[in-house]
Amino acid sequence: MGLDVGWAVRWLTLSAEAMAEHRVELIELDRPIGDSDHGENMDRGFKAVMDKLAEAPPETAGAALKLTAMTLMSKVGGAAGPLYGTAFLRAATALGDAADIDAGTLATALTAARDGIVARGKAESGDKTMVDAWTPAVDAGSAAAGADGGSPGRVLAAAADAAEAGAVSTDPMQARKGRASYLGERSIGHRDPGAVSTALILRAAAEAAEGAA
Amino acid sequence: MKKLINDPKAVVDESVEGFGLAHADLVTVHPDPKYIVRKDAPMAGKVGLVSGGGSGHEPLHGGYVGKGMLDAAVPGAVFTSPTPDQILPATLASNSGAGVVHIVKNYTGDVLNFETAAELAQAEGVEVRTVLVNDDVAVQDSLYTAGRRGVGGTVLVEKIAGAAAERGDDLDAVAAIGDRVNQNVRSMGVALTACTVPHAGVPSFELEDNEIEIGIGIHGEPGRQKIPMEPADGITDRLLDPVVSDLGLASGDKVLLFVNGMGGTPQSELYIVYRRAVHRLEEQGVSVERSLVGNYITSLEMQGCSITVLKLDDEMTALWDAPVHTAALRWGA
Repeated sequence: MGLDVGWAVRWLTLSAEAMAEHRVELIELDRPIGDSDHGENMDRGFKAVMDKLAEAPPETAGAALKLTAMTLMSKVGGAAGPLYGTAFLRAATALGDAADIDAGTLATALTAARDGIVARGKAESGDKTMVDAWTPAVDAGSAAAGADGGSPGRVLAAAADAAEAGAVSTDPMQARKGRASYLGERSIGHRDPGAVSTALILRAAAEAAEGAA
Repeated sequence: MKKLINDPKAVVDESVEGFGLAHADLVTVHPDPKYIVRKDAPMAGKVGLVSGGGSGHEPLHGGYVGKGMLDAAVPGAVFTSPTPDQILPATLASNSGAGVVHIVKNYTGDVLNFETAAELAQAEGVEVRTVLVNDDVAVQDSLYTAGRRGVGGTVLVEKIAGAAAERGDDLDAVAAIGDRVNQNVRSMGVALTACTVPHAGVPSFELEDNEIEIGIGIHGEPGRQKIPMEPADGITDRLLDPVVSDLGLASGDKVLLFVNGMGGTPQSELYIVYRRAVHRLEEQGVSVERSLVGNYITSLEMQGCSITVLKLDDEMTALWDAPVHTAALRWGA
């Protein structure tokens, strides 16, 4: 039993709810090591995604993610807009027009999303960025897809768990990319807001898949 | 925190609307997607200049749209880069066929969004060159940071490259002079107080009453160190000396000295800083040939200043002196 466009729309809806709910938390995380705009931008971006989905309901999961990519790229600003935009665009391309997404395709799409972020932002693991949530998520998702009984729901649950742990793992890191890098050692002890928003979005994807099962 | 606003979410919309009404003789404001364009753009045969960035640094960049400077400015949300759906139409509106130069301050978000917009403009047949401004000596330029930030030098790049475009230089020449200004300009700032982003509602960083941050960025990013407050002359030396040594200034060099207010410091205090900086440069045999003192690239209501030094040559001096008519800079026109 694979995932369809209904899952994609639920995912995006739950993501928008998560961004609204965690807006202040993301602003607070961004304040000491960034510029206090991440929660505001993500909330504005996903609200715009909701408007676009209502205007022109997509027919495939790939189309829903492509619409999301274009909207985030044009509405979010900051570094997060182009980075998440690229991630959703690469994932959309990997899904193509599949109507029924299996575990393997989903893992490939997650990998493509992460690779897009790395190509655009040029950050590596350990730089204290969203990559530190994405890479463990991709690794765990791919392992779940390859395991016996690997289902899309298990891929996403594993990815979300790993992303949450990955976000926590940024606490002791010293930032080497983005605005937090200007702090040098003073960035240590703070959690990266982009890694946290990544974990929220992947958790939303997993919860949306639970609804499908 | 008291602010003269109506709704934190409407700050940029209402401020840019007011700017457009106040300077209707110079600019046209496009509300959505938001950009500010020179009234007479595109100018036949002239290379277009577009800059932009987060709001909160006024008069940067909208205040520099007009004759002899920018053709368009693209304001983002407060302290957030603008998006490609704004930058692209601003670029197209500035293109007469001679191509467009993007002047981009070196921040991850600005770089990514302008890069995307430049690709889209090129896909529509517009030649785009990018001048990246990274003049802040507070940041070590290394593999371990996002690189030096673009700060006060941006104003000088926009003025001098704008004058080159106005006199008819071609696309590569305008980009080259912009790069040359960037290579010869350095800045460093200080914050006496933090600033508050309207939608965040709390100060962007913490400073005790008796503390200052040396090397502050224009979004309240931290600099080199927090130190106890001291008299203006000492603070001036702490800003100027790293700028002078990074530029490698020597006796006989000619410079433009720019003392910029961060938004909450009175002009009178900026002149106290300027005075000390001139004396210190002259002691080293450096000749201050041109000056700029005032609030030109700000950080909301932050108290503090930055010192920018541009090592001049004859061409840059002539382009600095060339006529300019914008909301925030005007002479000879």
